[in-house]
Amino acid sequence: MELYSHTIHEAHEMLKKREISAVELTKSVCDRIDRIENKINAFVTMNQEEALASAEAANQRYKDGTAGPLTGIPLGIKDVICTKGLRTTCSSKILENYIPPYDAMVMTKLREAGAVIVGKTNMDEFAMGSSTEPVWTGPTRNPWSLEHISGGSSGGSAAAVAADECLGALGSDTGGSIRQPAAHCGVAGLKPTYGRVSRYGLIAYGSSLDQIGPITKDVTDLAIIMNSISGYDPQDSTSVPREVPDYTAALTHGLKGIKIGLPKEYFISGIDPEVMAAVKNGVTELEKLGAEVMDVSLPHTEYVVAVYYVIAPAEASSNLARYDGVKYGFREKSPANLMDMYYQTRTNGFGPEVIRRIIMGTYVLSAGYYDAYYHKASQVRTLIRRDFEEAFKVCDVLVTPVAPTPAFKIGQMTDDPLQMYLSDIFTLSANMAGIPGMSVPCGFSSAGLPIGMQLMAGHFNEETLLKVGFNFESATGFHKQKPTRQSNR
Amino acid sequence: MKISRAEVEHVAKLARLSLTEDQYTIFTPQINNILEYIEKLNELDTANVPPTSHAIPLSNAFREDEVKPSIGLDLTLANAPEKEGSTFVVPRVI
Repeated sequence: MELYSHTIHEAHEMLKKREISAVELTKSVCDRIDRIENKINAFVTMNQEEALASAEAANQRYKDGTAGPLTGIPLGIKDVICTKGLRTTCSSKILENYIPPYDAMVMTKLREAGAVIVGKTNMDEFAMGSSTEPVWTGPTRNPWSLEHISGGSSGGSAAAVAADECLGALGSDTGGSIRQPAAHCGVAGLKPTYGRVSRYGLIAYGSSLDQIGPITKDVTDLAIIMNSISGYDPQDSTSVPREVPDYTAALTHGLKGIKIGLPKEYFISGIDPEVMAAVKNGVTELEKLGAEVMDVSLPHTEYVVAVYYVIAPAEASSNLARYDGVKYGFREKSPANLMDMYYQTRTNGFGPEVIRRIIMGTYVLSAGYYDAYYHKASQVRTLIRRDFEEAFKVCDVLVTPVAPTPAFKIGQMTDDPLQMYLSDIFTLSANMAGIPGMSVPCGFSSAGLPIGMQLMAGHFNEETLLKVGFNFESATGFHKQKPTRQSNR
Repeated sequence: MKISRAEVEHVAKLARLSLTEDQYTIFTPQINNILEYIEKLNELDTANVPPTSHAIPLSNAFREDEVKPSIGLDLTLANAPEKEGSTFVVPRVI
């Protein structure tokens, strides 16, 4: 077995026992990247030189006995997270040359833990999208089938993990952007509770929805990264002062006493039959493991997409007003005057999906429309949040599909934004309600594309998600399958 | 039509974007489709429903007002497209 194909916890055990060195591990991952990255396009910027230096430092920590579970572990970081001294672009021309002068809080924590950063992963521009098809950096290809999308917006992170171009990765999730690419690439992904992980240094898209989380090869690795990145940060005023448990302690066998709710609005016609069958088989598996399964209802589900596509573009239009060509990033050459500089910089710096959302967001916030759109959507958001509060009175975990279909083909949806938005229907609600959501592999389509099962729990109940996911993958083993057909050649 | 071509132009101007003819032709119907879909929200009576701006109830996050080290002038200006001395440079305003 090649070193790059290990999980984080397997690699850590080998490093601890000195069976391998951190430098060997990083070199193995870098060789793997050199061999297959031209097919996958998972990364925007590579960081191999610094990675090897971090690996040397990690070796020392294993010698000193100061190494932790992430010391010497090669990770990919979504290019929306600021990395000091390492270019951070959001896959956008407007940040083509941006070198952050500071680290995001999650980066400070990962560096303290001794993690090795191999590169910055590709994404939909400014995390706006479900397919990782940014115009400026090009699409990330699904390691299971190169003509299919990797999902989005954290498609580079999910594809890099699935293709063994890193052992784990960070993504961000505003409406499903960790869970959906994890599902499409056959890996595990967790969007934590809003406020669990500091957003300091996460380039803002929809500030009331954004959350950073891990994408990994198995659930144990999700827990390991969560232990490192979670916690209160005074630099993020929405971060929640609440103790961080040892998430790995939740990974115990047996699901007796766990109540699983199946929201009937998430098992509807229009879902791909193979996805439906895989998720239903997954539920049967959870029942076999001792969980009690019941039907529940989230009656406002049909309004989720409409609410999201008011709130997210509104917040985006405000957040993206800062890209004016003055302090950092791309500036169009020789504008006639200041106003012309703004127009040219923004029009030529942003891609089409970002422009569409800025226009949408500016419109719904503009004079005379605020009440009809933003205020109304925020009220319906309350109803969606209440649906979940009711559901979690009777069950611990909700199980649903992650996406209505397996990954679609590259270029298939780019001309029809509404159709693309509707594909987010099962993941948006967790961001609306601020609850944690997770994706675990639960099967494959007949075409060999991975299918994911979504688990959602109440605020700060990541431990139950991890426990259920851990039991599920231990019993089924879907996460152990690798995309060997195309990407290895 | 929820939004006319002229309104898209107006909103683009507010957002400091100058689109091409082609872009207006593509974006106007796309944005109309999305806005028509959003109309769905009006099926719900929300007269007595308070809005949610953040899903996790948090009151004001206060901290002590202490002076802390900042990143300094060089790093602040390091990414500037154009700079001079200790300032960002932009085209003439007046």
